Amino acid sequence: MARTHITTVINGDEVDFLAEDSTSLLNALRDEVGLTGVKEGCGTGDCGSCSILLDERVTCSCLVFAPEASGASILTVEGLADAGELHPLQQCFLEGAALQCGICTPGFLIAAKALLDKNPDPTETEIRYALAGNLCRCTGYDKIIRAVQEAAMQMREQ
Amino acid sequence: MALTEENPGYKWVGTRPIRPDGLDKVTGKAQFGADLTLPGMLFGKVVRSPHAHARILSIDTTTAASMLGVKAVITGSDFPDLAANGAHASDIDVANNAIARDKVLYEGHVVAAVAATTRELAEAAAKAVEVSYEVLPHVLTVDEAMADNAPLLHENMITKGVEPAPDQPSNVASRIVHERGDLEQGFGEADVVIEREFTTKPVHQGYIEPHAAVADANNDGRANIWCSSQGHFAMRAYTATVLGVSQGTLKVTAAEIGGGFGGKTVIYLEPLAVRLSQRAGRPVKLVMDRDEVFRATGPTSGTRIKVKMGISNGGELTAAEVWMAFEAGAYAGSPVGAAGMTVIAAYDIPHFLVEGYDVVCNKPRVAAYRAPGAPMAAFAVESVLDELARSIDMDPIEVRLANAVVEGTQASYGPKFPRIGFVETLEAIKEHPNYTAELGPNQGRGVAAGFWFNAGMNSSATVHINENGTATVVTGSPDIGGSRQSMALMAAEELGIPYESIKPVVADTETVGFNDVTGGSRVTLATGAAVVDACRLVIEDLRARAAKTWDVEIDQVEWVDGQAQHVDGSQPPLSLSALAGKSGRTGGPISANASLNARGVGAAFSAQLCDVEVDPETGVTRVVRYLTAQDAGRAISPDYVEGQMQGGVVQGIGWGLNEEYIHDENGGMENPSFLDYRMPVASDLPMIECSIVEVPNPAHPYGVRGVGEVGIVPPMAALANAIKDATGVRLTDLPMTPIKVLEALNEQSD
Amino acid sequence: MAQVHFSAGLRELTGGLARVEIQASNVRRLIAALDDMFPGIGERLSEASSVAIDGEILTDAEFEPVPDDAEVHFLDILQGG
Repeated sequence: MARTHITTVINGDEVDFLAEDSTSLLNALRDEVGLTGVKEGCGTGDCGSCSILLDERVTCSCLVFAPEASGASILTVEGLADAGELHPLQQCFLEGAALQCGICTPGFLIAAKALLDKNPDPTETEIRYALAGNLCRCTGYDKIIRAVQEAAMQMREQ
Repeated sequence: MALTEENPGYKWVGTRPIRPDGLDKVTGKAQFGADLTLPGMLFGKVVRSPHAHARILSIDTTTAASMLGVKAVITGSDFPDLAANGAHASDIDVANNAIARDKVLYEGHVVAAVAATTRELAEAAAKAVEVSYEVLPHVLTVDEAMADNAPLLHENMITKGVEPAPDQPSNVASRIVHERGDLEQGFGEADVVIEREFTTKPVHQGYIEPHAAVADANNDGRANIWCSSQGHFAMRAYTATVLGVSQGTLKVTAAEIGGGFGGKTVIYLEPLAVRLSQRAGRPVKLVMDRDEVFRATGPTSGTRIKVKMGISNGGELTAAEVWMAFEAGAYAGSPVGAAGMTVIAAYDIPHFLVEGYDVVCNKPRVAAYRAPGAPMAAFAVESVLDELARSIDMDPIEVRLANAVVEGTQASYGPKFPRIGFVETLEAIKEHPNYTAELGPNQGRGVAAGFWFNAGMNSSATVHINENGTATVVTGSPDIGGSRQSMALMAAEELGIPYESIKPVVADTETVGFNDVTGGSRVTLATGAAVVDACRLVIEDLRARAAKTWDVEIDQVEWVDGQAQHVDGSQPPLSLSALAGKSGRTGGPISANASLNARGVGAAFSAQLCDVEVDPETGVTRVVRYLTAQDAGRAISPDYVEGQMQGGVVQGIGWGLNEEYIHDENGGMENPSFLDYRMPVASDLPMIECSIVEVPNPAHPYGVRGVGEVGIVPPMAALANAIKDATGVRLTDLPMTPIKVLEALNEQSD
Repeated sequence: MAQVHFSAGLRELTGGLARVEIQASNVRRLIAALDDMFPGIGERLSEASSVAIDGEILTDAEFEPVPDDAEVHFLDILQGG
């Protein structure tokens, strides 16, 4: 099984790695690039815990074959903070206790960033629907929604 | 937050700082079970039974073992036969569930496992393991399993708890019973008697993180295991049992855990990973995919429950009769016992009979799920209570207040209740504006309550004072809900130093004393008590060192706000950092350990209020408003207490409206994915209002009552009662899906 | 004398007796004394029980003192999640 050489930009850096054609981008990111912030919750695109921004679009990396990412730009949770300074979403999740076990948190942060990048002043309903592709079993979503609202407000004020 | 008793001016307990492990979790640094990679690591893959019930005739691993990259293949014959060694029945069940021997008892039962150099090669090798089966007839529900001439899972299962013992085996493992007074008299005294029958389906804990373990075995018999679990000491013990080795040969490190809810208090992959690693001579990573999690890990029981209750026109419950049958899955051990103890525990009923049956069937062995047994029981009783209240035109909160257990009431399961907060939770929802909020068309309101004992059990903690006066608090309770924060808050309160100067750590089985699992809502209470005790020992030591420094008796020294103070102020105070910096001169490093079997467990009550809107055309139930009031005793960490309350409610909403296991006629699960096993998502829900009630537990230094579990007990009944209020239909079969709502509405209009 | 209450499940072993008064300094001695009264009950109580003494539920309570006039209930060991 020959492996394909794939070149991408991940979190702003050019990164290249090898993967079989049938390997998911999720597994390639975790096993080949060493970025374990993306998680496999289901492998079928139903839980969102593998969410990345792929060319600025929120995408389940378990549904992408690694070679499909060739030449693409990828953002993972590891790329959210800027030289150690947390993104407002990350800070608001911490202050608002919007995580318990934390396994779904990277996916939610990416999906929430995708939302706020497009819609800086979403209603509660818009937030809930934008995040409907991310499963959380611990929090019941209440504190997650409030954290996104708070982050949106802070980002608008900046 | 509804404060029932005044916070006695704590500085740290009760505040909302940032949790210590939070940063790693929002930056992707936190290491969960599947995140570890070791040099030379192999990937494992499990071979599972496609049949619900079958005899294993043969397993041929020769092809698989010879495939490219395959370094180990194991089957049941690679594990000791515990039955032959005279082991305890429950240990035998654990071992046989870990990997089948002569029979498979459910679809997904482990038959073999392989380890290979890549995921793809492991998957190919797993497919190449040849197993031949003699398929046997199977039973899937309590009705099927209890029927006459039902096929048996275990040929020697004689029902316990029946006198005289049956002379024939069956699928009924045991019977429990609680009784008081005279049922006939009780029902005779009732003005209204209502009888209903309820059915619930198995539901999964639904943790987003599948089970994962990495094992690294040495050829001297020792192994390191890294796994996601709710209790690494329990994982060590179970794994040692299944492997037939001494616990001391296994070191288990708790990875961060992506949800458990009870489902990760048991082993699945660990013994397989160790054995594969031993055979291969290399580390092995074994991770389940979601399909495997659904097909082969414990959901909680499906049930059939019959409830008959009587009430007087004045609102007093006079009698209750409950019959329950719980699916245990492949091996005995459903939570019917706890269901029997909690079903009417919240109410003072003079005459009752509660009978419950633990029934095996060809499904995965059930595992604990948040207050195991209580939610199904409460669904039944709280629905009937709602009907009784309607029949005498009594408000649903008032009827509960009229019968609520209080301090001194004799619990249905025996002892008298100490100080408890049930009445206070009912009053909290009664006084909340949600209770009088206006309801629109097709909307209805439901009330329900719940009770859970909470557990104590064993915990150990060590507190080390660093040379600069900061502290490390070491425990062995995996943190599934933010407990590290609570440990740091209590330690800060005890030592009198800032929360930020305390580092709470969950250590491995070689580095901290024994800890029972994180479950049973016990960690804040029990592990917290160990932390408090260790801090108090440290303070004793600090006082002694100050006394030495000042050349006075220890009784001249007080510990106040993080410093040693002389009782009459004749010495300038010595801070913790000052004493720590000079600890070598006064006796050596400052450290203390506490290990205990926790006492003073306080029970938890929850009262919940749910508003729904039911679409008469589609049958879809939308939750419009939700309020939960829960007695936390004292909320050490209000943020994470609310988190537990909200999480439990939403799991209950999923259980009530959508979640269920669907099986085909061969006993295979038809919906083993998150697409078809429908758990609540953000767009299904409103905000979940929380009212933290605090009736401190008098037996705990901080008044703590466990909070993790009771929140899941009331929601299904609250929903059923709200749907009744909105539509007039009473649903008694979970989940209350749109199809069932529509059917009931259509029947009603006929 | 402590008052020991038997749940319905245990009454099968006590000939239907729901309550008994008995003196013992700790739980282990209490169980032994009960086993003298009702042969066979000792194993059942030791194996599968938590004990409630004056309302406080304890596990592994063998050496727990039993105060005079204590109210004692034997409960099944329960699992949390």
